[in-house]
Amino acid sequence: MSAILSLEGLTVSLPPGADRSFALEDVSLALRPNEILCVVGESGSGKSMMAGAILGLLPDDVYATAGKVVLEGENLLAFSDEALQKIRGARIGMIFQEPMTALNPLLTIGDQIAEMFETHTDLGAGIIRDRVLDLLRDVHIPDPEAARRAYPHELSGGQRQRAMIAMALALEPRLLIADEPTTALDVTTQAQILKLIRELQQRKGTAVLFITHDFGVVAEIADRVAVMQKGRLVEEGLADDVLNHPQHSYTRALIAAVPPLLPPPAQQTGSDIILRIEHVSKTYRKGGLLARSRRVTHAVNDVTLSLPRGGTLGIVGESGSGKSTLARCMVRLLDPDKGSIWLGDTDLATLSRKDMRAATQRIQMVYQDPFASLNPRRRAGELVAQGPIIHGESRALAQARVKELFALVGLDPDSTERFPHEFSGGQRQRIGLARALALNPEVLVADEPVSALDVSVQAQVLRLLADLRSRLGLSMIFITHDLRVAAQICDRIAVMKDGAVVEEGLTADVFTAPRHPYTRALLASVPGRDWIPPVSPDVLTGHGAAAAPVPDPINISRR
Amino acid sequence: METLGRLAKSPAAIVGLLLLLVVVAMAFAAPFLYPKDPLSLAGRPLQWPFANPRFWLGTDTTGRDIAAQIFHGARVSLLIGVIATALSISIGIALGALAGYYGGLVDDVLMRITEAFQTLPNFLLLLVLVAVFGSDIKTVTIAIGLVSWPASARLTRAEFLSLRSREFVQASRTLGMRDVQIIFREILPNALPPVIVYASVIMATAILLESALAFLNLSDPNVPSWGNLIGTGRSVLRTQWYVSAIPGVVILLTVLAVSLVGQGLNDALNPRLKRR
Amino acid sequence: MRVLYLALRRLAASLPTLFVVLAGLFLLLQLAPGDTVDALVAQMGGGDAVMIEELRRFYGLDVSVPVQLGRYVWRLLQLDLGYSAIYGKPVSTVILERLPATLLLMGSALSFAFAGGMALGVVAARKVNRWPDTLISTLGLIFYATPSFWFGLMGIVIFAVNLGWLPAGGLEEIGAGHSGLRRLVDIGWHLLLPTLTLALIFLATYLRIMRASMLEVLNLDFVRTARAKGLSPGRVVRRHVMRNALLPMVTLVGLQAGTMLGGSIVVESVFALPGLGRLAYESVVQRDLNTLLGIVFVSALLVIAVNFIVDLLYARLDPRIVT
Repeated sequence: MSAILSLEGLTVSLPPGADRSFALEDVSLALRPNEILCVVGESGSGKSMMAGAILGLLPDDVYATAGKVVLEGENLLAFSDEALQKIRGARIGMIFQEPMTALNPLLTIGDQIAEMFETHTDLGAGIIRDRVLDLLRDVHIPDPEAARRAYPHELSGGQRQRAMIAMALALEPRLLIADEPTTALDVTTQAQILKLIRELQQRKGTAVLFITHDFGVVAEIADRVAVMQKGRLVEEGLADDVLNHPQHSYTRALIAAVPPLLPPPAQQTGSDIILRIEHVSKTYRKGGLLARSRRVTHAVNDVTLSLPRGGTLGIVGESGSGKSTLARCMVRLLDPDKGSIWLGDTDLATLSRKDMRAATQRIQMVYQDPFASLNPRRRAGELVAQGPIIHGESRALAQARVKELFALVGLDPDSTERFPHEFSGGQRQRIGLARALALNPEVLVADEPVSALDVSVQAQVLRLLADLRSRLGLSMIFITHDLRVAAQICDRIAVMKDGAVVEEGLTADVFTAPRHPYTRALLASVPGRDWIPPVSPDVLTGHGAAAAPVPDPINISRR
Repeated sequence: METLGRLAKSPAAIVGLLLLLVVVAMAFAAPFLYPKDPLSLAGRPLQWPFANPRFWLGTDTTGRDIAAQIFHGARVSLLIGVIATALSISIGIALGALAGYYGGLVDDVLMRITEAFQTLPNFLLLLVLVAVFGSDIKTVTIAIGLVSWPASARLTRAEFLSLRSREFVQASRTLGMRDVQIIFREILPNALPPVIVYASVIMATAILLESALAFLNLSDPNVPSWGNLIGTGRSVLRTQWYVSAIPGVVILLTVLAVSLVGQGLNDALNPRLKRR
Repeated sequence: MRVLYLALRRLAASLPTLFVVLAGLFLLLQLAPGDTVDALVAQMGGGDAVMIEELRRFYGLDVSVPVQLGRYVWRLLQLDLGYSAIYGKPVSTVILERLPATLLLMGSALSFAFAGGMALGVVAARKVNRWPDTLISTLGLIFYATPSFWFGLMGIVIFAVNLGWLPAGGLEEIGAGHSGLRRLVDIGWHLLLPTLTLALIFLATYLRIMRASMLEVLNLDFVRTARAKGLSPGRVVRRHVMRNALLPMVTLVGLQAGTMLGGSIVVESVFALPGLGRLAYESVVQRDLNTLLGIVFVSALLVIAVNFIVDLLYARLDPRIVT
């Protein structure tokens, strides 16, 4: 069968001053009807620029300078802007990552879908309304009539993405481009959306160009895979071949970095409990003085958990499950309404502000966002020395220790005088870790510490955490939404939903014999759960992926 | 350093800086070039500019040298602008930081007060203050500072609100840092750039407010002021319009200079915004 | 319904603000050296102690400060603004006589500044960093830097004195006895220059905000979506960008209502318009504090009313605002 879309030697140049001169370099690809091609790569690989180049929607100063984009025999690069407008939407549908910001907040869902027909057809208002309802029904939105009249903010993230898909497929385009369509969604919603895309694609025979960074998603949905690295296509082939027998060394390294959904053998931890959380609750109140308009959210509801000394307790759950609120209660960034948090024989929950400031030495936190968690105006060394100085160590002593700490977390000890923006994402996360470790805490609370990182960097940081844990005898609370990551590093796992812990146990038990239906649903939703990455990363011993030369790319414009 | 470098690349900022430099030079040169009291009688009244080489900008209705008033007026305008701006920015930063960092009741009370100030037309409030406390130059300066702070308080508060929830601020708290340290050493340096840029707007407004007050004859009559000169010229507007026109152009250029520098500063501090 | 409830709640929330304003101002005025009676006595060229005492009692100035404040607030609740010693009439009457001119001036200046600022801002944003943008932005900076009273005076010199096209001042031609449409045209003619003068600085602000807001919105994801849907650039701007970009402008109208009222003091003085602003100026000069306080009260009410309307408008424009 002939290709619907083919890229022939496509080259896209970046403006002078960018970190490289081409966003895409000599990329050739073909996409056939009724096929899902996954373009996979880390941030900065140029995969999103590909979508822009095909639609003629590149940012200012970025131009396709060579090659062709051939859609059903016509080279789109030679088209005028007016001609391209007729193709966008009608012959190429597009779904974006962030369904909240990708829809106009001031127009109803129905109006925004109807706009497709208004722009490209001469249909009357009545017919358009019926077609919109049909489309909303096709994407399985619960109440299509209500959804049609709803504004984007009135729908959940998953429903918004369904509406977005309905819009993209409104005119039955033969080609659909999906740019990270499930990245912003929770894992159970992601599974539903992936299923929906698959279903509609098969029903209509659409060709899908699916851009993603997640090999799990690739394993779930791809017919064929194209791997991008720094603007170049390094490997392309059938999904089965690329996933299980990767040829290129970069692909091999990437796949090796994907944590398999297999729990490690149960680690023996003592019965000595270092942190005990008892009946902790935290509620948020919103709204005014009127009782009628006040809303109460039980962010954390009567949670009891304990962390064995030297162990790692994973707290997993989707957004809104209360896992981050619980973590913030443990370090008293938030004050719990009820319950106690026993660190040894101190109840952190009832400490005064002043006493808690002193107690921060014993419990430290590592944050999610490597860009927001470091004060941009301080040097890396200062950031790490800050804690000990606050707690009374002399400046000279603290600064001497900074170099040791830098070495400990795998940073160049000579880089203490640099500012955060001079480091890559993974390196910044190491600085955050050094900052927490500088106080020699007994317990480390890590809140999604690897979620913002590319997969190869993520593997390195996870390895570092595991290594430090055993070397320093750290006890750790590890908050994550990613079950693959949890399987790698946690001895015990607690599953949270709507503020409550629904299941807690040894990682191996929770993964192999989940008791609660929600845990089962969660596990069943992990994309590519049946695929075992061929090269075991072997996180704990540092072999496997560690041997592969994985770059730590500087993240350009992640957000 | 980087910021200064970018500032030097913006043509608007350079024009603004040069203009401002001229005004500052005028202010410093005034006592040397025109050592006599600029408000004293200098010659025949209402001489047109360039008609008499002694008074190259002419004389006003009472025979005072216009050029001398312009030069000495630069001192007054700049001084009022700088002091009133410093005062209003300090109040704004203090209240905005407290409201934004602590939130809750503190925020409610401070924001009510800010709203109360914003509900009153600032020029009307200025009139009331001058009516009550008199129109001595110090009083006028303080009064202008007092009516100009609400916007900078709101701006600082917004910055603090957004920075307060940033992870690096939370990290400072979990390191055991005290509130005072967090406010002054962690948040404030990051919150300052937009407030500093806004200071140029306040300074421009302060100069305009003073000149309007002086124009209405409600400012200190014993100091030379551009606005005052425009007011003086009103009575001879139909014939000797230059008496009002000249100081107006000078005010315009001064305010323009301040605005241009502010805009250049803004572009230099947010290079991302400039590019798009 | 939702919108109305929201607006009423905002209105209720502004009442404490209003009383904070009044209490603060009243106490401030207590610090003033001399009061209405002193001013009156000075105007009459002196008087004896008995008469001064009499007058003090008449104007309610013989009791303690808190009682005066209490009385004042109580009177305000009944919308009684007191008696102007200078004009010899109740303050509310004086203010009501002067209010229409100010409302007319503010209304026309606001409409002009908003419409003009929006149009220029849109043009500048669509031609960003090209010559129309540079021209408009430069003009905006110059407008912003121009003292309005000076602009007014120069307008008079050029258009009234030299060209004779426009009247130099006043609200209408006194003694011409125009009525009906003729009178409206005459008033409009007189208000042309004052409107321009007052609007200038706001035009500059609005165009700058509109331009920045347009550029901001143009960068948002849903604009990319709209383009990916195949909409023409014009339609993207009209349907998706402009309405979103208007939101900060609407907010600004509310925030600047007070500033505009303040600006009208100067403009009314320049053009000899019989409005509230000129009244405020006169009462400062004549130390008529009762009237001044009344004007402040009415101004605060006006600003709150403008914000009420702005809130209604905003809630209509943005469905995300919930009660």
